[in-house]
Amino acid sequence: MSPRDLKPEQFSGYPPEARKLVTNYIAALHRLPLSFLPSLLRECIEYDYKFPVERKALERELANLNSLSAEQLQQWLKDFAEIHLSAALDNFDWINAPAQFVEQLSSYLWTTHQLDAFRAAAIAYADRLHAAVPPEPPSAPRLGITVVGQGVTSYDEPLFRKLRAHGAYYSQVNPENGLRVLLEAVAVRAKAYPAPYAHWYVDGGKQAECDAALTTVSYAALEPARTALLGKMHAEIDRPGMGPEALRTRLAQLRPADLAFSSGDEVLDRFRIKMLTEGSGTQIFSTTFAQWTAREALRRAQPLTLLVRFAPRQRQKPMNELLAATLEPAELDPVGSLVDADMAAYYNWLNQQRLPGTNQSSFLVWFEGHAQALVIGPATPRATSSASATDLSQLLSALA
Amino acid sequence: MSSQFSATHQELASQLAWSRREFLRTGAAMALGSTLLQNPVALAGISTKKRKIVVITFGGGARDQETFAPEGQENIPHLMRELIPQSTFFTQVVNRGILGHYVATASLATGVYETINNFASLPPEHPTVFEYFRKDLKRPSTDAWVVAPSNGFNRIGESNNRAYGPGLGASVILPKHLLTAAMSGRATDYEHLLRDNYETPLFAPDLGGNEFQLRQLEMMLKLSVDDFKAHALTLSSPDELSVYIARRLMRQLAPSLLWITMHDIDIAHAGAYSLYIDGIRRTDRLCAEMWKAIQSEPEYAGNTTLFILPDFGRDSDDDSGGNGFQHHRTGDALSRTTWMMALGPGIREGVVYDRPMESTDLVPTLGSVLGFSPSLAQGKPIAELL
Repeated sequence: MSPRDLKPEQFSGYPPEARKLVTNYIAALHRLPLSFLPSLLRECIEYDYKFPVERKALERELANLNSLSAEQLQQWLKDFAEIHLSAALDNFDWINAPAQFVEQLSSYLWTTHQLDAFRAAAIAYADRLHAAVPPEPPSAPRLGITVVGQGVTSYDEPLFRKLRAHGAYYSQVNPENGLRVLLEAVAVRAKAYPAPYAHWYVDGGKQAECDAALTTVSYAALEPARTALLGKMHAEIDRPGMGPEALRTRLAQLRPADLAFSSGDEVLDRFRIKMLTEGSGTQIFSTTFAQWTAREALRRAQPLTLLVRFAPRQRQKPMNELLAATLEPAELDPVGSLVDADMAAYYNWLNQQRLPGTNQSSFLVWFEGHAQALVIGPATPRATSSASATDLSQLLSALA
Repeated sequence: MSSQFSATHQELASQLAWSRREFLRTGAAMALGSTLLQNPVALAGISTKKRKIVVITFGGGARDQETFAPEGQENIPHLMRELIPQSTFFTQVVNRGILGHYVATASLATGVYETINNFASLPPEHPTVFEYFRKDLKRPSTDAWVVAPSNGFNRIGESNNRAYGPGLGASVILPKHLLTAAMSGRATDYEHLLRDNYETPLFAPDLGGNEFQLRQLEMMLKLSVDDFKAHALTLSSPDELSVYIARRLMRQLAPSLLWITMHDIDIAHAGAYSLYIDGIRRTDRLCAEMWKAIQSEPEYAGNTTLFILPDFGRDSDDDSGGNGFQHHRTGDALSRTTWMMALGPGIREGVVYDRPMESTDLVPTLGSVLGFSPSLAQGKPIAELL
């Protein structure tokens, strides 16, 4: 089926707000090439469960496409139009299963050596969109905080190596009540700049007590859902004909209710479950879970404040231990987790820097319970280090 | 996707190559190959019949910043200090095919960018280097072997090409598959280890093809099942088991063409950076062990060329479409651009070449070294090694 033949009633399977959205813009959808449209529909079909910033960005993108003349649209999307699709893709139910279409399209692009062309087309489109509809600046400067190294008693290797060139390293930070200081700072920001899903606290272990205004995700709180998910995964792979792609599709279709998970906030519950169903390794390693959750929170919700605290993940047993089949419970690997989290802190900063308002954004990473921290901010000198005594309150004040 | 990263693949690949070359020149005292004449004495004096080749894929994909970039060198001390100074090093090996480990390894082995399903148990569509080698040179089945990491690689030994195919390929040993058989009936928690496709860790394709059987351990490798199990219990990773089996093969059968695919590094898909780094360090050590084994085995010493190359890289930190080291899904320049080193008699030592070449050039080069004609391969022989 061709996009030009789309009719409003074909979106009857979409959630109500999403249905309304695509119906409003159906004239614009008629004009889009099939190599492009399902990627857009994949976002539209999730509209009801998107964060406010995502909703607004999608609405602005659709409005922009709607406003383009035929000639402009041809210029914007000509590279997509040149992508050759298979008959199977043409006949796919891309209206009701756009995510699965995109997955199939990706595979097809790889096998037909069109991935580079598609990638170039996507970059060119994103650049044009960025220029035509510049992202709105944040309502306040962003602050990212990453806490690493929980459970590590001593560590002699240098930390924050990838971040040092961008900020100031401190080696004499008073660690007393450090986590409490950071969580209170986040709570203060939540009160100063109130907005839905604007202030997050992600914990790779058990969530510490925090202000109710914060949006929270923790690995420990998702433990029952994680166990249920692993059970479902094992059941699925035993089904005849099941393969990796099919499993991924099944997992992506899981809803919070399928895993007996509900907090009353459907948007947030879907986000939390997606961290387990769409992340790779998030079901096994808490460090991966925390990093991926931070990435997705930044990409999707674009929070003004994000505090990510890493916790020790389970130790990966070497082969000889696995073969020995000991029945001991899984041990934790605090030092390996610190190395994971150190790299993840760099990724948290990189992902924050991809958001609007980069020039005003600040970042702090702290080795929990220890005296090492690093800060990056608009006024922070780069590639410097200080051995002067300080504490986290002072570092945060300097960033404010 | 951000505009600041919209430089062409070619530009980025060149930048990568430049950084490797500069580092190698300063850090490992290498000479730039373009300033030298081509090697006029490659393998001179060694009859084609006696020549042997070992190929190691530096498995699972590793990036520059964790290997050859200044900040990564601490992870590859053996490559840096022991192997690279003895090698000819190519800084810009580009893989233009599908970046899945099985299909990419199949592409390396056929010299054609294969398009088979990465997760299915399928043979390559084009003849493999093992088939060219055995058919053209009339070599027995014991002369070409593959040691591969997981069940998914069991069809890598021979293609479904009508002119070649069944009976003409390499024997494939899947050490972990052997472990499954050897440990059968025992209550262990190692199942996930045996299903080590890290991208889809719960799956193991059904086996088929010319894979090595457990009973052949004793017959061909002179290794009892009990000894095999006992040794496995001393090793920390599947790649260590692969190297153990490879060394056993070298000792007992001395194949002229031996291909070892490492895979530990691909644990990166689980997203734990420390485990990815552990994998790189282990692979670095195992490559050096293999080179030592080549030099210490009488059948190999002095007549063997070792090729080491990754199947591809991993995603860049700078590409917002990926998640850095974790995957190889964006198809960006960093994930496509890798390196290759060659060591052995007649190979010029301590030389760096930074001209672009493709991963499909490997098979034609092996053909030129061993004297067979990979007629359907798409790449070109690497002149600097001939």
